[in-house]
Amino acid sequence: MELGVKAWKEFKRRMEPRLKEVKFSLSRVRKSPLSLAGLFLILLFVSIAIAAPYLASPKHRYEPYRIPRDGYSATPRPPSRTHLFGTTEGQYDIYYGVIWGTRTSFRIGFTVVGSILIIGIILGSLSGYYGGVVDEIIMRTVDTFMSLPTLILAMALVSALGHNLDNVMKALIIVGWPPYARLIRGDILRVREEDYVEAARALGCSDFTIIFKHVLPNAIYPLLVMASLDVGAMVLTAAALSFLGLGAPIGYADWGQMISFARNWIVGPPGNPLAYWYAVTIPGLFILFFVLGWNLLGDAFRDILDPKLRRR
Amino acid sequence: MAKLLEVKDLVTNFYTYEGVVKALDEVNLEIEEGKTLGLVGETGCGKSVTALSILRLIQPPGKIEGGKIYFRPDGKSSKKSSYLDLLEQSEAFMRKVRGDEISMIFQEPSSALNPVYSINDQISESFLLHRRRELSESVVREIEEKVDKADSILKKIVYKMKRGTYRKMLVDENSFLLKFLSGIPVVSSYNGWLKKSAKKETIEILKKLGVPHPQKLVDRYPHELSGGMQQRIVIAMALACHPKLLIADEPTSNLDVTIQAQILDLIRKSRKDLGTSVLFITHDLGVVAEMCDRVAVMYAGSVCEISEVKELFKNSLHPYTKALINAIPKPGGKGKLKSIKGTVPNLINPPSGCRFHPRCPNQMKICRQIKPELTRVENNHLVACHLFTGQR
Amino acid sequence: MNMNILVEVRKLKKYYAIQGGVFKKRIGDIKAVDGVNLKIRKGECLGLVGESGCGKTTLGKTILRLLKPTKGHIYFDISEEIKQEVEKLEESTDSNSQKLQELERTHDLSNFEGKRLKKLRRRMQIVFQDPSSSLNPRMLIKDIVGEPLTVHGLAKGLEKRERVINLLQRVGLSEDHLFRYPHEFSGGQRQRIAIARALATNPDFLILDEPTSALDVSVQAQILNLLQELQSDFGLTYLFITHHLLVVEYISHRIAVMYLGRIVELADTKELFENPMHPYTQALLSAIPIPDPEVRSHRTILKGDVPSPIDPPSGCVFHTRCSSAAKECEERMPDLVSFGDEHYVACYRMNHK
Ligand SMILES: Nc1ncnc2c1ncn2[C@@H]1O[C@H](COP(=O)(O)OP(=O)(O)OP(=O)(O)O)[C@@H](O)[C@H]1O
Ligand SMILES: Nc1ncnc2c1ncn2[C@@H]1O[C@H](COP(=O)(O)OP(=O)(O)OP(=O)(O)O)[C@@H](O)[C@H]1O
Ligand code: SF4
Ligand SMILES: [Mg+2]
Ligand SMILES: [Mg+2]
Repeated sequence: MELGVKAWKEFKRRMEPRLKEVKFSLSRVRKSPLSLAGLFLILLFVSIAIAAPYLASPKHRYEPYRIPRDGYSATPRPPSRTHLFGTTEGQYDIYYGVIWGTRTSFRIGFTVVGSILIIGIILGSLSGYYGGVVDEIIMRTVDTFMSLPTLILAMALVSALGHNLDNVMKALIIVGWPPYARLIRGDILRVREEDYVEAARALGCSDFTIIFKHVLPNAIYPLLVMASLDVGAMVLTAAALSFLGLGAPIGYADWGQMISFARNWIVGPPGNPLAYWYAVTIPGLFILFFVLGWNLLGDAFRDILDPKLRRR
Repeated sequence: MAKLLEVKDLVTNFYTYEGVVKALDEVNLEIEEGKTLGLVGETGCGKSVTALSILRLIQPPGKIEGGKIYFRPDGKSSKKSSYLDLLEQSEAFMRKVRGDEISMIFQEPSSALNPVYSINDQISESFLLHRRRELSESVVREIEEKVDKADSILKKIVYKMKRGTYRKMLVDENSFLLKFLSGIPVVSSYNGWLKKSAKKETIEILKKLGVPHPQKLVDRYPHELSGGMQQRIVIAMALACHPKLLIADEPTSNLDVTIQAQILDLIRKSRKDLGTSVLFITHDLGVVAEMCDRVAVMYAGSVCEISEVKELFKNSLHPYTKALINAIPKPGGKGKLKSIKGTVPNLINPPSGCRFHPRCPNQMKICRQIKPELTRVENNHLVACHLFTGQR
Repeated sequence: MNMNILVEVRKLKKYYAIQGGVFKKRIGDIKAVDGVNLKIRKGECLGLVGESGCGKTTLGKTILRLLKPTKGHIYFDISEEIKQEVEKLEESTDSNSQKLQELERTHDLSNFEGKRLKKLRRRMQIVFQDPSSSLNPRMLIKDIVGEPLTVHGLAKGLEKRERVINLLQRVGLSEDHLFRYPHEFSGGQRQRIAIARALATNPDFLILDEPTSALDVSVQAQILNLLQELQSDFGLTYLFITHHLLVVEYISHRIAVMYLGRIVELADTKELFENPMHPYTQALLSAIPIPDPEVRSHRTILKGDVPSPIDPPSGCVFHTRCSSAAKECEERMPDLVSFGDEHYVACYRMNHK
């Protein structure tokens, strides 16, 4: 009992500074309703992704990402009891498509941004910390990549690698890492000059310790902010590729493809231009809110993480 | 001696996330015409906030909450030459006062200089802003000479037209016609004369400040100059319009001793030449001893002692002043420095009563309860401490 | 002399390359430290004063081998015989170069790398000027102060914790501060933490790079007193870098005055303040604002600014600002010569007296 109280007190004392930090961060997020909205949107999408099998039970047991179709007619059909959001060209069920498409989007976003982060951090750190020839080589590569238009490069890559989702992700990773490497390099150059890094060197820390304990933790936050903004952006680019017919195989639950199905149905027949509104609007809104959610969340991260904005 | 500026019970707060920072708690100051008042104190005691409050430059989340700042303008920016409460004047009036009547030098010269303008542009600007009329006068005089000498009729006409515009400026520097003219491309070149004469003035003032090769210097850019030279330019800018009051916020804290000696010398000389009063903010008691006639010592947002310099060093009364003087290394002095125990209080939750009481060796019961008023102890010596207020 | 020399640098040079152009060619050098000879005795506090940019920090960092010297020797706790042998071998050029290399590799700190360097790092530490940037903002105090112990494998677990607490107490902080971040402390407290970290490995030699310049006078007094106490308690040797002459007078036993990468005068503190011989030292001393309005000193105000270390003046680097410069001064750099009683001056004017 006595011991428990003591341990609790010790624990409280330990956690106090961290709690204070968290409280402070939360208070800043609370003060901005937009960040809250972002958080809400992303949580909503996460729940949709998790609950996908219950929201829309797969028809093809072992291929849950294949959108069930109801006939082969080209003309979309409006929402009805059986097709909550209607069907799109080729009678693919829109409701099913957007629900499972959420999972696809998260997969694209996380895989691409995660890989980009790792590649960017490793190359950027090497470049920034060691400088010299290493820096020169990496940075000139970055320059080369960044001087090419992203989307076109990605298209070329996907065409070369073959049309499927994995290749889209690979292409996005290849075109996506350079800005990260450059950003982290800049931050590392800044942090490297700080006295605490010099002090760590004077203590006899190894380069590895210095990079991972002293430099990266202080340089990585702008990168994380950028990453959270990019989750949305990458999904958007992937959708663009899908829209151009370079993405997922036909019938795969993917928002970009849903929109590409609706390509011919954006404007309805004369006299009724909004006849097929659901075909393009619904997947469009999903993409819109997904990207918006990540953008708002990115801003919230910036508020929380950026030490420069924290006075004191 | 007449008072130039009197600050009474000035209160300024900052509304931050953590709470209200009570940065100034009834600050009282007086500056006499032609004298230098030193304002000393440790980091965060509110020296800069006092200076910014006087100029009404406090930015949100800060707010001036109370008090009076009486200032007697020169009649340059207003017809009246009696005391005005700056806190009650319009923002437009304050804009005129800033730079013209009261100007300020900051600690970091590079932040006061705009890197994309040449030295001439920066110093001329304050002439062009506040001294249009005087400049036009000299331009008119110059043109008059030229009109007489002009050989062709065409030239004569051009000169006469220009003279007309400048005379207009003499009558009303903000007239609509002039604004209209300066909007038209070719015609706006009439400003050229004005600029030329401003440049002349600029070189003149730099020469007066003992800057070597002013003619060459005016065309250079701030980053090409050393810190000491930059600070000299900033001083030239501040003195350009012969202000009545110069507020110098730690002007030499970032400079080397030998450069500091140069700058202090410069301020001392120009103060004498122009008869400017100075509010000299610093944390270096050595600089105070060299520069100031009177000293105000600040602690945690209020002034705790004001007296003549010599008196202060010889016969300081407030326990904080005493401790401060004992804490600085003195030439030839060996033995232990006496530090002040404890730390500077957090201004969000300042101590009750006398804000110094938790660190004071002489604290009494009353110190914890009542804030001591600034009381005249001797003729020119004011102290805010219960040891001297008569209340015990 | 009989004094024990702990640290000695001989003809030390540190140039920073200025790179320019597309291919980052070396287009010039910043001669930050340009031929410095200095002996630091065991247990003393040697003050190093000079204006901003004269190379004080560079000298300090080079001695600690945070920077690789361009030229010259750094000896840490090496006997006089070896130093002299190196000198002799160097003068007799290539004759015994193998032996020279061997000696330099094993005794000259400027050639140390890896393990050997790390081992010495335990014995010498540094405290930086700005306490807000010398502590990693994302580490807890216990980790900051405990890091040197971990790095050198000196203590672990509970023992480490014990030692960290001891260190904190030694510099006037307490156990309560263990789980806090640097930004929760005032400047003076942060400087105490930096001192505690520097003391963690039980070093012999401490470089204090303007440790009080960023602090208030009352806090400065606390830190100076603390440093003095620590010095006598642990028998530390200090190199105290500062531009504040009154502080250095208060704390140092001897003072070296630096100007544009060179030592121009070196003497006992009392001697230097009473009898400054180099014109620069004289100007420096007369420029100190004295906190006493009664003594308004007569001052010699130096003209102009410190010249650029990229292209220092020929001969005596001070001649451009010196009021008594002669022709000789523009031609050759004067050496640091002793004028009795361990008072060294590098000035021709003195030679003629
Ligand atoms: N923008 C601001 N927001 C919140 N608090 C502020 C702000 N500006 C100043 N303060 C607070 O007001 C107090 C006085 O600050 P001020 O800058 O006047 O100190 P100072 O005496 O000029 O110190 P220094 O010697 O460091 O310049 C400090 O406690 C500071 O924290
Ligand atoms: N990393 C660097 N790269 C290039 N030049 C440098 C570097 N560090 C210092 N210098 C230059 O070397 C010279 C000496 O610098 P140093 O920092 O040693 O001076 P200091 O005496 O410590 O000055 P201060 O009092 O301002 O700290 C300066 O001219 C400076 O510009
Ligand atoms: S009022 Fe009291 S606590 Fe304040 S300085 Fe005077 S004696 Fe000390
Ligand atoms: Mg200030
Ligand atoms: Mg330095």
